[in-house]
Amino acid sequence: MVRISTRLAAFALALGLSGAAGAQEKLKVGFIYVGPVGDFGWSYQHDQGRKAIEAAFPGKVETSFIESVPEADSERAIEQLARTGHKLIFTTSFGYMEPTLKVAKKYPNVMFEHATGYKRDRNVATYSAKFHEGRYIIGKIAGRMTKTNTIGYVGAVPIPEVIAGINAFYLGAKSVNPDVKIKITWVNEWFNPGKESDAAKALMDQGADIITQHTDSPAPLQQAAARGKFAFGQASDMTRFAEKHILTSIIDDWAPYYVERTRAVLEGKWQSQDVFDGLAKGKVKMGPYVNMPDDVKRLAEETEKAIIAGTADPFLCPVVAQDGRTIECKGGNRLSDEQVVGMNYFVQGIEGTIPK
Amino acid sequence: MTPLFVLTPRPFVSPLRRVLTPVCALAAALAIGGVIVALLGRSPAAAFRVFLVEPLTDPWAAQEVLLKATPLVLIATGLLFCFRASRWNIGAEGQFLVGGLCGGGIAILTHGMTGAWILPAMMLAGACGGLAYAALPALLRVRFGISEILTSLMLVYVADLLLDYLVRGPWRDPKGFNFPQSVAFSDAALLHPLLEGGRLHAGMILALAAALAAALVFRRTLFGFAIAASGEAPRAANFAGFNEGRITILVFLISGALAGLAGVIEVAGQVGQLRPGFGQGLGFTAIIVAFLGRLSPLGAVLAALVIAVLLIGAESAQVSLKLPLDLARFFMGLLLICILLGESLERYRIRFRRAEKERPA
Repeated sequence: MVRISTRLAAFALALGLSGAAGAQEKLKVGFIYVGPVGDFGWSYQHDQGRKAIEAAFPGKVETSFIESVPEADSERAIEQLARTGHKLIFTTSFGYMEPTLKVAKKYPNVMFEHATGYKRDRNVATYSAKFHEGRYIIGKIAGRMTKTNTIGYVGAVPIPEVIAGINAFYLGAKSVNPDVKIKITWVNEWFNPGKESDAAKALMDQGADIITQHTDSPAPLQQAAARGKFAFGQASDMTRFAEKHILTSIIDDWAPYYVERTRAVLEGKWQSQDVFDGLAKGKVKMGPYVNMPDDVKRLAEETEKAIIAGTADPFLCPVVAQDGRTIECKGGNRLSDEQVVGMNYFVQGIEGTIPK
Repeated sequence: MTPLFVLTPRPFVSPLRRVLTPVCALAAALAIGGVIVALLGRSPAAAFRVFLVEPLTDPWAAQEVLLKATPLVLIATGLLFCFRASRWNIGAEGQFLVGGLCGGGIAILTHGMTGAWILPAMMLAGACGGLAYAALPALLRVRFGISEILTSLMLVYVADLLLDYLVRGPWRDPKGFNFPQSVAFSDAALLHPLLEGGRLHAGMILALAAALAAALVFRRTLFGFAIAASGEAPRAANFAGFNEGRITILVFLISGALAGLAGVIEVAGQVGQLRPGFGQGLGFTAIIVAFLGRLSPLGAVLAALVIAVLLIGAESAQVSLKLPLDLARFFMGLLLICILLGESLERYRIRFRRAEKERPA
């Protein structure tokens, strides 16, 4: 036993020496993705952010990722990164929250960044984006573009982020078209092109002439295009999947944030924090507004500008819940970030109930 | 058209051939995989080391392999009872989920309490839950002759939705911002690691004990013989006085109880809370494990280890070699095909047809 441990020590020493012998030790940055990097949606955009880090600090950083990591079995994958010398680790799905916190306790010198979560620690920061701002804009576009007054919404999992997105979309649509109705189908997965397609088809069969989605693959958009209906891109600019039938995309741009946080670690200034921003900071961007009349395009652009300027917001008070109660206004003239992050009710006018 | 070759059964399979078959299958898979890795411009030797050697030699990775294999061994061991009797329980995933739910329910009800009885109570509840859930398809088959393949599979989706309902409704963490998950279990409801710094817990011991017990039952007991007889020659088994219905129910109960136990162990040892998707398809993977292990308990243990090694190797390969996950999945599929092909070639010989005149049949 003693001999083994001496050998291990010698080995560790050799590793340390070889590390020191290198001109400069590279900072290793690791990523955990919930889907494949080729989903062209959520995980793809996070991977674009990873590539931006490599481009921003040539020769100073090395990045790795593990893709398609199931949320319930992610602790091992996260620890795998921590124990292989990664000093900054981004875990990019809500379900990685508890495992990230557990691994962070074991590796106090490693910095963790958890996307869309709400629990932090000394070495665990959280970050998210106000995707609902983009959904408010596409809601307005859909409200103006629909002829059947019925819009199909493919939802992934009824967590608050998705609920808030549905509410923002509906409020946007209703503000320009009081007769609009939305129909929601839950896929219960983030990435499953087959089920996403089926959901989109079912919605169109029920009369929806515009499809929007909160799932990660381009499948719903493609299904809409196949039937000559309009739809929106999700997470990345999905123009290439349906050039004639895409209206715009809500684009998640994680690159500036990832570069900024990597720089903070390189400069020794990293601290745990919580960041929740959107269009104004460029974390959420809109794709080109296409395949729509000029006045609709102008409406979309004006709404985008107003949100950036802070004069418009999907959740300006009063916000009335489905059951008729008025939600308390905790963020001045709008709902507070915390209220949006924990949203678990539909707003008045949406039919159907949240799966419970 | 005459086929290019025909398969004729070998009258006798030598023990040497039985040993060499899996070895050759592995060698073939490695050779093909090595060529692909080389074509991608990476070193096949490094890939071999990361994929198959390090998960077994690195102490941390080895613990993770055992941890990953634990539920697979438990579920597959239970499935052996069914499959050996030619009863097709495809719904181990559902029994696993219900087991986890029952055990997890106790953890949630006793949240904040301490006591050494909590964990055993959870295990018992989990095993009973899985058992009861497996009784449904068994009873439906015995009573009404309904195919257990369909019912057991369909009940997986029911269990999945039940889990979904509970973690979004009554069992949702009240302080969890309405996210669909239960509270994190208290210490008394968790299976703690055996070794400092690792995650391996006592579940592995239970799994090995179950596999050993199954081996004894199959070899040494009348019940084991009844299972085999009923599976291979149901009419003969009937004549011998073994009650077909009773066997169906018993093998399903055993299978369900072990799957349920695996569910609690996964929830209490690995996940630490109830949340959608904690099944991870382990109940389905265990079917592969059972067949890969040729329906023997020892084989199932080995097969579970092989699958676990490949899964963990796939994660290391992404980090240290930057190999895509798809390649790892490709290799897993390749290995399975080679093993299945090897099994066929073990029992059958290939006869190529020459251009001889075909006699009229």
